[in-house]
Amino acid sequence: MSRIRYYAPAATLFVAVLVTWELLVSVLGIQQFLLPRPSAIAAAFVDHLDELATAGRNTLIEAVGGLAIGGVAALAVAGATARWTTASRTLLPFAIAANSVPIIAFAPIMNNWFGVLNPLSKMMVVAVLVFFPVMINTVRGLTLVEPGSLELMRSYAADELAVFLKVRIPNALPYIFTALRVSATLSLIGAIVAEYFGGARSVLGQFIITEAAFFRFANAWAAIIVASAASIAFFLIILALERVALPWHASARATDAL
Amino acid sequence: MSEAVVRFRAVDKVFGSGADATKALDRIDLEIPKRAFVSLIGPSGCGKSTLLRLIGDLTRPSAGTIEVNGKSAHRARLDRDYGMVFQSPVLFDWRTVMRNVELPLEMSAIPKRARATRAQEMLALVELTGFERRYPWQLSGGMQQRVAIARALSFEPAILLMDEPFGALDEITRERLNLELLRIWQQTGTTIVFVTHSIPEAVFLSTHVAVMSARPGRILDVIAVDLPQPRNDLTREDERYFGFITRVRERLRGGDAARPRAVEVAAS
Repeated sequence: MSRIRYYAPAATLFVAVLVTWELLVSVLGIQQFLLPRPSAIAAAFVDHLDELATAGRNTLIEAVGGLAIGGVAALAVAGATARWTTASRTLLPFAIAANSVPIIAFAPIMNNWFGVLNPLSKMMVVAVLVFFPVMINTVRGLTLVEPGSLELMRSYAADELAVFLKVRIPNALPYIFTALRVSATLSLIGAIVAEYFGGARSVLGQFIITEAAFFRFANAWAAIIVASAASIAFFLIILALERVALPWHASARATDAL
Repeated sequence: MSEAVVRFRAVDKVFGSGADATKALDRIDLEIPKRAFVSLIGPSGCGKSTLLRLIGDLTRPSAGTIEVNGKSAHRARLDRDYGMVFQSPVLFDWRTVMRNVELPLEMSAIPKRARATRAQEMLALVELTGFERRYPWQLSGGMQQRVAIARALSFEPAILLMDEPFGALDEITRERLNLELLRIWQQTGTTIVFVTHSIPEAVFLSTHVAVMSARPGRILDVIAVDLPQPRNDLTREDERYFGFITRVRERLRGGDAARPRAVEVAAS
């Protein structure tokens, strides 16, 4: 009961917006290519369900794959950076410089390198996109350790490896998951925008571009809904993983997890 | 003071260098006998924490020698002779209470089953049986500090170094933990070096109170507190207890009087 009451205002607003939208389009006579009615979008959604499901799945695979590649690379670089000062002095300036490059500009080049139809070309765009947030957060988690913890380990005559395994890595995990949650959304944006630069027909970006080119905007809107759902699903999967991996952390701040 | 566990000989500690150099500790000579409970007390900046950290080899002296159990402080640290308790409990959020207490045992590569048994014993000692599976954030500040004490004692260190362990706690919790600490000290027979700001706490707990002055940090006096053992709530009402408090307070206030003499020593 309390859950229903908690979500009731948001649900009410959602329905109200849809109804207003539907009515305004009719009353003001807005052209369907400017703004289709919600009912038309729903109809398009049902009509193209199979196609949209395939496109959504393919795009989600690109996003997940890209996050995996970028994430693993980021963790490796962050680990080296936190462990060896030389690595940090060598790598960090480049990482920070790379972060200021609008990464999506690389999409055509990735298409050229890995092939327009190869999902790997989209994954690489996503990988580059998520690399920096994951890396910088991991570095933070590995280095922002309570000084007392390090002194404690020192008093046990602990070596560097033990400090890394028993203090730095567990300390970094919440930071890493925060970065992954942000990157989940980012990776879908990256995948779809990369698809705009060319790709197989059965991906969300190409579906949206094609339908928009033929003025079938209701279909494009339906694809956008699928993209949002995929993005939310990805986010929730990572949140669930976090709850399992860090019971001590997630439950400690269950209320502000979202 | 025979059978000294800790022996300082003319120890200086200087932070920084050149014009910015600050002398934190100046010619410290100190002997801490086995099974003693020594409190270091003095104003902020008198170097009492630094002195504790020197014993624990968390920092090195600028001059002089420090011997712990007849070896260097560094050697003693590598031999895991120290249990440390800081002002904040420094528990690992990702470990349960039980696994926090097991941490030093893990570092000494003690087998899993022996670790668990030992941790249970230690938790019983600090009266936290039943909280093994809780996480630190689920405990009150006083309970967290008791976990830290259990952890520090779990590997039976020769010396327990405590840096204002009850400084962040309320008065009532503090007095209860004082009693608990004394009971643990009696039961384990470990040597304790205890840094505090509180004169009553220092007198109540200690066999010896080292009174320090600031800038530069010196030991003005070591007062032997021969109140009867074991101490309890009645000790706090003992007339001699108040007598010792007054003595320590006067010694702290008279800190300035000691300076000219020290200057002479430095000049000669």
